[in-house]
Amino acid sequence: MAKKLEEIAYPASPALGTAKRQGFWGWLYQWLTTVDHKRIGLIYMAIGIFYLGVGGIQALMMRVQLASPENEIFTGNFFNQLFTMHGTNMIFFAAMPLIFGLFNYIVPIQIGARDVAFPFMNALSVWLTFFGALLLNITWFFGDAPAAGWFAYVPLGLKELSPGPGMDFFVLGLQIAGFGTLMGAINFIVTILNMRAPGMTLMRMPLFTWTALISSALVLFGFPPLTVGLFLYSFERIFGGIFFDPALGGNPVLWQHLFWIFGHPEVYIVILPAFGIVSEVVATFSNKRVFGYPTMVIAIVLIGFIGFGVWIHHMFTVGLGAMVNAIFAVATMLIGIPTGIKVFNWLFTMWGGQLRFTTPMLFAVGFIPTFVIAGVTGVMLASAPADYQYQDTYFVIAHFHYTLFGGTVFGVLAAIYYWFPKMFGRMLHEGLGKINFWTMFIGFHLTFFPMHFSGLFGMPRRVYTYNAGVGLEFFNLLSTIGAFVMAFSTLLLLANIIYGFTRGEKASNDPWGTGRTLEWSVPSPVPEYNFAQTPLVRGLDAWWLEKMEGKNRMPVAEPLRPIHMPSSSILPFIMAFGVFVAGFALIFHHYYLTLIGLGILGIAMVVRSMNDDEGYHIPVEEIRAVEGEGS
Amino acid sequence: MAAEQHATTGLNAGDRLRLGLASRTLEGRNKILGFWFFLGGESILFASLFATFLVLRHQTGDGPKPEELFGYGLVFVLTFLLITSSLTSIFAVNAMERGNARVTAGWLGVTIALGLGFLLLQIYEFYHYVHEGLGYTTSAFASSFYTLVGFHGFHVAFGLCWLTAVTVQVVQNGVNVVNAPKIFISTLYWHFVDVVWMFIFTVVYLMGSLGV
Amino acid sequence: MRRRAIVFALLGLILVVLTGCQQQYEMSVFDTAGPVAKMQKDLIWLAIYIMSFVVAVVTVILIYVLIRYRKKPGDVEPPKQMEGSLLLEFIWVIVPIILLTILAIPTITTTFALDKVQAGENVIDVKVKGAQFWWEFEYPDYGIVTAQELHIPTGTKVNLYLETKDTLHAFWVPRLAGKTDLISGRTNFMWFEADKPGTYIGKCAELCGDGHGVMDFLVVAEEPEAFQRWVDNMKNPKTQPTSPLAEEGEKIFAQSCASCHAVTGTDFKGTAGPNLTGFGNRETVAGYLKKTDENLKKWIKNPEEVKPGSLMPAVPLKDEEIEALVAYLKDLK
Repeated sequence: MAKKLEEIAYPASPALGTAKRQGFWGWLYQWLTTVDHKRIGLIYMAIGIFYLGVGGIQALMMRVQLASPENEIFTGNFFNQLFTMHGTNMIFFAAMPLIFGLFNYIVPIQIGARDVAFPFMNALSVWLTFFGALLLNITWFFGDAPAAGWFAYVPLGLKELSPGPGMDFFVLGLQIAGFGTLMGAINFIVTILNMRAPGMTLMRMPLFTWTALISSALVLFGFPPLTVGLFLYSFERIFGGIFFDPALGGNPVLWQHLFWIFGHPEVYIVILPAFGIVSEVVATFSNKRVFGYPTMVIAIVLIGFIGFGVWIHHMFTVGLGAMVNAIFAVATMLIGIPTGIKVFNWLFTMWGGQLRFTTPMLFAVGFIPTFVIAGVTGVMLASAPADYQYQDTYFVIAHFHYTLFGGTVFGVLAAIYYWFPKMFGRMLHEGLGKINFWTMFIGFHLTFFPMHFSGLFGMPRRVYTYNAGVGLEFFNLLSTIGAFVMAFSTLLLLANIIYGFTRGEKASNDPWGTGRTLEWSVPSPVPEYNFAQTPLVRGLDAWWLEKMEGKNRMPVAEPLRPIHMPSSSILPFIMAFGVFVAGFALIFHHYYLTLIGLGILGIAMVVRSMNDDEGYHIPVEEIRAVEGEGS
Repeated sequence: MAAEQHATTGLNAGDRLRLGLASRTLEGRNKILGFWFFLGGESILFASLFATFLVLRHQTGDGPKPEELFGYGLVFVLTFLLITSSLTSIFAVNAMERGNARVTAGWLGVTIALGLGFLLLQIYEFYHYVHEGLGYTTSAFASSFYTLVGFHGFHVAFGLCWLTAVTVQVVQNGVNVVNAPKIFISTLYWHFVDVVWMFIFTVVYLMGSLGV
Repeated sequence: MRRRAIVFALLGLILVVLTGCQQQYEMSVFDTAGPVAKMQKDLIWLAIYIMSFVVAVVTVILIYVLIRYRKKPGDVEPPKQMEGSLLLEFIWVIVPIILLTILAIPTITTTFALDKVQAGENVIDVKVKGAQFWWEFEYPDYGIVTAQELHIPTGTKVNLYLETKDTLHAFWVPRLAGKTDLISGRTNFMWFEADKPGTYIGKCAELCGDGHGVMDFLVVAEEPEAFQRWVDNMKNPKTQPTSPLAEEGEKIFAQSCASCHAVTGTDFKGTAGPNLTGFGNRETVAGYLKKTDENLKKWIKNPEEVKPGSLMPAVPLKDEEIEALVAYLKDLK
């Protein structure tokens, strides 16, 4: 039994660092000090999956309460805490980490690089995310959780109406994680612009990499308004600054602007990567190149660009005036066009192809009609006067779950099934995967489709109960049943992942057979250095191109020689820990402890700056040994 | 040796030597490009702080108004110090390109001294305003003023620490392809801080003292 | 086998969609009772028609592709790789632009139409003030204040001026009009009109705290003569207790309630809580419960249980005292 558990917890896998017998602490230290983009990617994904579970439980609790209008299980303030934590956890600590995890693991390999531009900062990013998530979620142990919704409108979230520390945990947890996200974005942008293998022009990059580039640009320009907003919020709550409280001369709408100037790009940050994944998966399992690649690139850029000019549609009912509403209504509708381009291009990628319905393909294909529904309800919401009816009702909840779950999460699930063999050298169980897909697909639509009706028939958002006898019981019951089906499906996913770690069939470098991009040219799991020799790229879908010419390896751009790798370091973990301590202390107004936390950060930064680490080299014999046993 | 290891394919030795010292290695080019993007994000950050200030600046409550507080003299000195320190940081980078570690460290030292002067004077300025009745929590104008200008001041302080660390490294290790990128981007940061000050000078002090 | 699966899927889809076609939707945005909601409903239907077309096109192509281009045993060579088609890209850019324009034009005109302060013959103004967790309605033209039930005359445009006493709220009566937020520090404007007499449920639609979910109110639309009678009664309400029990209740009210609650025509002038003039005529307790004696007693005895976060304190009263209060309140007509 113990051995079985050990097998599950530390499966013998070079990807998980358990090839050598080193005991638990040695294994843990390896993970805490890693600067390898692949390990960091896996840490991100572990964080994401964990908080997907936490947020999911919070969702189930709400659905139990809402199954009947007579329920008094979770009411009032506690219910408000549930939806606040659910939304915040899902967006910041499930969706974002899952996406950044995939960027981290896959993008450097897709562009033929050995790591990201700043491996040390990469580690810092993931640990800041980890500690930010932790800081928010320990709020439960210190009284109430934040209860003002994930967008924390003022004055409700300010000190007078939210006197407990919950909102401070919210503001500081997000702020800390936000710094990590910003650093990550800069990392990906520089990596993609500067470190592509020879021959890989921008227009030969895989679409997933393109979405990583544009999403990162959205982070870079979209997060700072949130950063400022959170600073102002915390200064108002902790130091008595006057920014948002109108009684004192502040302006509550200012927070809304700052939040949504971030908030709208944020949703494009999480959906664009899903688009990228769908492009990859659909092309691979149609055995056909993406239809209209240049237009797909333009669409991604347009979506990113227009995404900065529509934030007022979250504020149509704030009374900003007809002119403002009309302009932003039209701007919002415009985003439908590049999105439509993408949908049709996917359909025509499949047209004339040879479709294989593996689990990743099922999720990618399931994504398409689901996201189309999401998109059309988005256009409906864009019409401002109609939005006066939809706004703050379950119709909006339906829309954004169709985009976030039916879009982002389906995309991530496709990615997990698609790239698991690459990451771990083992296949997931295909039969179980198919059941996972169908239960998830059915459960999802069962949960969220009725919500369109709940909203149209009079149910606002963020309510712990609803009017009996006006037709809402049936829809709410369906949603609750669907939620439990989704929960069951999630358990299947976890079971499949455990199966994959322990009993999955061994995977070759190109286990799907029809891989098109560079990651399929390296062994599974991917060696520490990614490429024994940097590849030479001769066109779009570089790996597929070589395969079609009968080759089974990429041409190389450099001789076989010792590979330079960056050294591991515990400093990123220490820095993030210092920030965590400072944040925690600030919540309780322990200013000395805050300074100590910042001091830890400062000292670590100085140590890092003064210490020019040369890294180390992997000798050629080791490279040969790894390449010999792989693929 | 380090230069070869850090090189990227596609650049021959001749190309590499024509680039500035900071751009000879892949690490250097990455740092410089990354830092420009970082400054892009910082620009949006300061833009948000400026927007906040512009929205709240007329809410002076019972506290002092900008016309009553701001004088040109102090602000002129502050501006002079900061602009000059930007200039001296350019001299430092020029010396770096010529490979002269002593002169580089010297000009960096002058930059730090001028920046320190700015910071101390700004701290005195805030102290003075508090005495005139403008506390952090006096009014929305007060809060947004101190937050915007204070954030800038924090950036100055951080920049000084950074420049100091870089100067120490120049003194210890001379000027080479490893610390050249650090010198370059720390001075780039310093220029950014200076540019932000130009906006603060205009939007906060000039417009404020004219009652605009 | 494949065909059966598709049939089942379509039936399932139809079932899910048809769930939208039940009776008894008293708060449906489709069951409009006034011109504003009707304009919004027309936009909603226009959007649904256009978007259904889009969904249909995508679905048809998708299903065709999934069936027709399955990999077959004979497929050994990879399929022909298509780079793209500029013509197709044009089509699926131009057609959506046209469809969006069809939606955008009425969107813009309606947006402006809904933002105009209504003037002319049949118009009244109402000031709406939201608070945690109740609604106050003031009629500046008539000099009356009421709470929780907004009376309006039918066939009359009602200009609403929306303010909040504390945090954000939103005023939403689905069958009459879309919502507008109540923003701290500002006055927002919207207008609506009821075509026919009726009682319409209103909801708070912006998170405002613990009691947000039960911060309901009612809009009572009456024929203009009936409305005028209501106004007159509000100016000159019945406030005399009609029984000894109610007299007891009046004394208790003076002691325990008058500091927050006002009643026109008495010395009770509290403004922290809802105005209780004519409370005996109202349909609800606490804004959402049916006004039965039992509910009223429950509300007075333990407000927190009825409305979480309610700022009405649970005044320690004996059951007989609560009965007396109830009798008095019912006499306020």
